[in-house]
Amino acid sequence: MAAPRDYEDIPGTYVYDAERGRVGYHLNMFCMSLNDPENRQAFKADEAEYLERFPLTPEQKQVVLKRDWLGMLKVGGNIYYTIKIAFCDGLTFQDVAGMMCGMPKEEYGKMMLAGGRVPTPGNLSKGTNSSMEKK
Amino acid sequence: MARIVGGIACSHVPAIGAALDKGTSGNPYWAPYFNGTTPAREWLARLKPDVAILIYNDHANALSLEMIPTFLLGTAAHFPVADEGFGPRPVPPVNGHPKLAWHLVENLILDEFDMTIANEMPVDHGLTVPLSVTCGQVPEWPFKVIPLCVNVIQYPPPTGARCFKLGQAIRRAVEEFPEDLRVVVYGTGGMSHQLQGERAGFVNQEFDTMFLDGMVHDPQKLTQLSHTQYMRESGSEGIEMVMWLAMRGALGGAVREAYRFYHVPTSNTASGLLCLEPT
Repeated sequence: MAAPRDYEDIPGTYVYDAERGRVGYHLNMFCMSLNDPENRQAFKADEAEYLERFPLTPEQKQVVLKRDWLGMLKVGGNIYYTIKIAFCDGLTFQDVAGMMCGMPKEEYGKMMLAGGRVPTPGNLSKGTNSSMEKK
Repeated sequence: MARIVGGIACSHVPAIGAALDKGTSGNPYWAPYFNGTTPAREWLARLKPDVAILIYNDHANALSLEMIPTFLLGTAAHFPVADEGFGPRPVPPVNGHPKLAWHLVENLILDEFDMTIANEMPVDHGLTVPLSVTCGQVPEWPFKVIPLCVNVIQYPPPTGARCFKLGQAIRRAVEEFPEDLRVVVYGTGGMSHQLQGERAGFVNQEFDTMFLDGMVHDPQKLTQLSHTQYMRESGSEGIEMVMWLAMRGALGGAVREAYRFYHVPTSNTASGLLCLEPT
């Protein structure tokens, strides 16, 4: 039996499952390499050259170079790993979260202070599951 | 004989640790959180535990995608604090309890929970932040700590039901340990939050309240939640709450709620803190 992927119905969410793990492994291992201060320095010195150390697809290289945070998730990035690029850039989780959902930093911060992004029918489901699980 | 004297569920948001480390815990943003967690520190100090079994997830620090153990138990005498990309947190090193840890490894594996064994590993904010929240800023941690890592980074994590049963097996193993030890169990992570995608910042206070109530009165009901329900209703990273169920399983049947605190926001998340005592 194939594992159900009914979570694909959740809007704006990229579950790091087998499908994404299969394509994202090297991208995430590049991110992991930035835990090492020497690697961070080498990456900052010449980003494109540093990326050559990893067998990434051209698309994966592009999203990293462009700091397309949402794009990284779409080509197999795992947020716990891609955030290491942001730390290397001196950004915070909130900075990146705001960029992923297309909100200015200040607006995102205000939303969190007011209690976060509250559940609505539109952000709970894309309405694509024929057998959406019951609450 | 060793016995479990308390259970703590606690969020492990890195920003909480950073607020303490940078001395900003008293500012208007953080003061409500740290004031709200004070009673938990007082409660834990009165409980005087000898050892904590701390259930958490590593965040690409000790572990990476190279090898992904579902359950891993740290048997070392010392665990260094990890450099997560911006230097290690300025907190005391963590001392383990190898004798109890190896006892747990043996008993859990023979009880059909196939633990990965870690003889050396650094510990990251997933472990040190709950210690800071519940012990404060101390020159050394007041008890030994046995780290127990659960994979929640690569889908699928173990189910909530499986984590609950692991907790029950931990309880059986602890109660067979011949030394007189007071043990607390931590379940960390959560509560509702989503760090990724266009839905980042998702917080569901209704779900969190239901979960806090269920942890006290009806954990069996919570073990029925599917992964998709967690991710849909508590955010993609809310799934970390399966680790709370491992702690709850270790406490046995009825519990007394010693303290509860819930706060939004801590960075991108809703934070929960629950102190339970077995009855």
